[in-house]
Amino acid sequence: MNKTVNQKAWFLVLPVLVLVSFSAIIPLMTVVNYSVQDTFGNNEFFWAGLEWFKEMLEDERMWNALQRQMFFSAVILAIEVPLGIFVALNMPKKGFWASFCLVLMSLPLLIPWNVVGTIWQIFGRLDIGLLGYTLDAIGIDYNYTQDAVDAWVTIIVMDVWHWTSLVALLAYAGLQSIPDAYYQAAKIDQASRWKVFRYIELPKMSGVLTIAILLRFMDSFKIYTEPFVVTGGGPGNATTLLSIDLVKMALGQFDLGPAAAFSIMYFLVILVVSWVFYTVMTNLDKRDAK
Amino acid sequence: MSDQTVRAPGAASIPGDVTAERKKNSAWAKYRPNGSAVVMTLYIVFLMLPIYWLVNMSLKTNAEILGTFSLWPRDLTFANYEKILTDPSWYMGYVNSLIYVVMNTVISLAVALPAAYAFSRYTFLGDKHLFFWLLTNRMAPPAVFALPFFQLYSSVGLFDTHIAVALAHTLFNVPLAVWILEGFMRGVPKEIDETAYIDGYSFPKFFVKIFMPLIASGIGVTAFFCFMFSWVELLLSRTLTSVEAKPIAATMTRTVSASGLDWGVLAAAGVLTIVPGALVIYFVRNYIAKGFALGRV
Repeated sequence: MNKTVNQKAWFLVLPVLVLVSFSAIIPLMTVVNYSVQDTFGNNEFFWAGLEWFKEMLEDERMWNALQRQMFFSAVILAIEVPLGIFVALNMPKKGFWASFCLVLMSLPLLIPWNVVGTIWQIFGRLDIGLLGYTLDAIGIDYNYTQDAVDAWVTIIVMDVWHWTSLVALLAYAGLQSIPDAYYQAAKIDQASRWKVFRYIELPKMSGVLTIAILLRFMDSFKIYTEPFVVTGGGPGNATTLLSIDLVKMALGQFDLGPAAAFSIMYFLVILVVSWVFYTVMTNLDKRDAK
Repeated sequence: MSDQTVRAPGAASIPGDVTAERKKNSAWAKYRPNGSAVVMTLYIVFLMLPIYWLVNMSLKTNAEILGTFSLWPRDLTFANYEKILTDPSWYMGYVNSLIYVVMNTVISLAVALPAAYAFSRYTFLGDKHLFFWLLTNRMAPPAVFALPFFQLYSSVGLFDTHIAVALAHTLFNVPLAVWILEGFMRGVPKEIDETAYIDGYSFPKFFVKIFMPLIASGIGVTAFFCFMFSWVELLLSRTLTSVEAKPIAATMTRTVSASGLDWGVLAAAGVLTIVPGALVIYFVRNYIAKGFALGRV
């Protein structure tokens, strides 16, 4: 659509600007303040320059959390994206069963995040959980509170359970937009199922899939509640992801300076990814407009 | 195709091959829905198992939960639900959550509607940067904002009020609302605006009387998503409240540690938090993908 230039449109945007500034810029400035100051209590602050940043960059703690975070995001993307596409390809196209699947698949997306954690915490328990009990009964050694690998498997399966439907729903929406004529043409050409997927379905889904991948990456990058409820970051520090570590530092130990420096670097990473996301989105919009 | 082969029986083996291929295809097509059905059944069973277990637990007594392992409640009880629905310290958690979630939805929609209109209709100085900046807030990790929010709202005397949580959640809900609404508004032809202005409508009158009814489904979907993301968030709502506005999610975590793990009640509380989402999901099922894709499907 051709948009007209109208500087007065700023007035329409003003409420959003004021509100989001209040809840984004003021808190962010507080963080910036803390990150460059030191305190010895009594509300007295001293200029500390970039000391906290240096300290955090040299600290193994942040790097370890970052490594775990990257590993987590990589694994869940590697599982959720192919699985989501696979599920979307198998979904009924229309009618009662399509609605039925849509509703049931969306259900995990609407559960409060700490309840998701609680569900899996209970589900995996050896004494009262279906999963833990069954695994134990068939002789598999599984204990997510003691064993780091089990804890990892649990939070990854939990995330797959929680979010694969999002990828599937978006892929499904992409598939729905493919006209029947494409499939008929493929049939005439006697294209194999794989070729139909590779040359018709995948290109048509690429837009929504990009969105799905970026969303999943960013949301998994800031995940806090679910793994925190299940493992509390443990055993030891095995599942302490970035957000969990940050909250521990800021609200648990009240190390304001380092936590603030940590926050800013964390936010910068998110900013870069958001920029990629935005560029991709606007390019998709342009392509659609053509 | 098959009559062709009948009409030309001697014509080499190629048409015959096609028919054979056809037959194989139709046979395959006959079984294929079953293959899909198996995949979908497996996937949905995987999704439902943990939820089933939660519901199952919520209908048992604590003695049964800890004592025996049973796939369905032998000793069916609704005592866990009764406890939540009669004890104010429990059910007020739901009331608090609902209050701030509704406040947040109303605020988000009220400010996002005009802004989304501006973004979908006009270009103005800095519009792209502003749009991007809004997006970064949707993507910002709540953990970064938890402590500053706590200090900000404490200093203005809003700590432990519903409005504090509602305002904090606008951080990610307003950008989301603007993005989704903008997606819906782009679908409305601009000629409608122009005709209305020629007919002498003022902007507010046009917006409320003509434009909003046109994107009613978009507003509904946006409201649903604001509701949902405010409802599922815990980190900020827990940090910003202590007693008066404590959300149900936080009530759950605290009572569990205090009362020596009352599993049945915990499970019942969990089931009750799923109910609101489950109730409205049917109405928005066809728009969920669009909402998650920020209006871009």
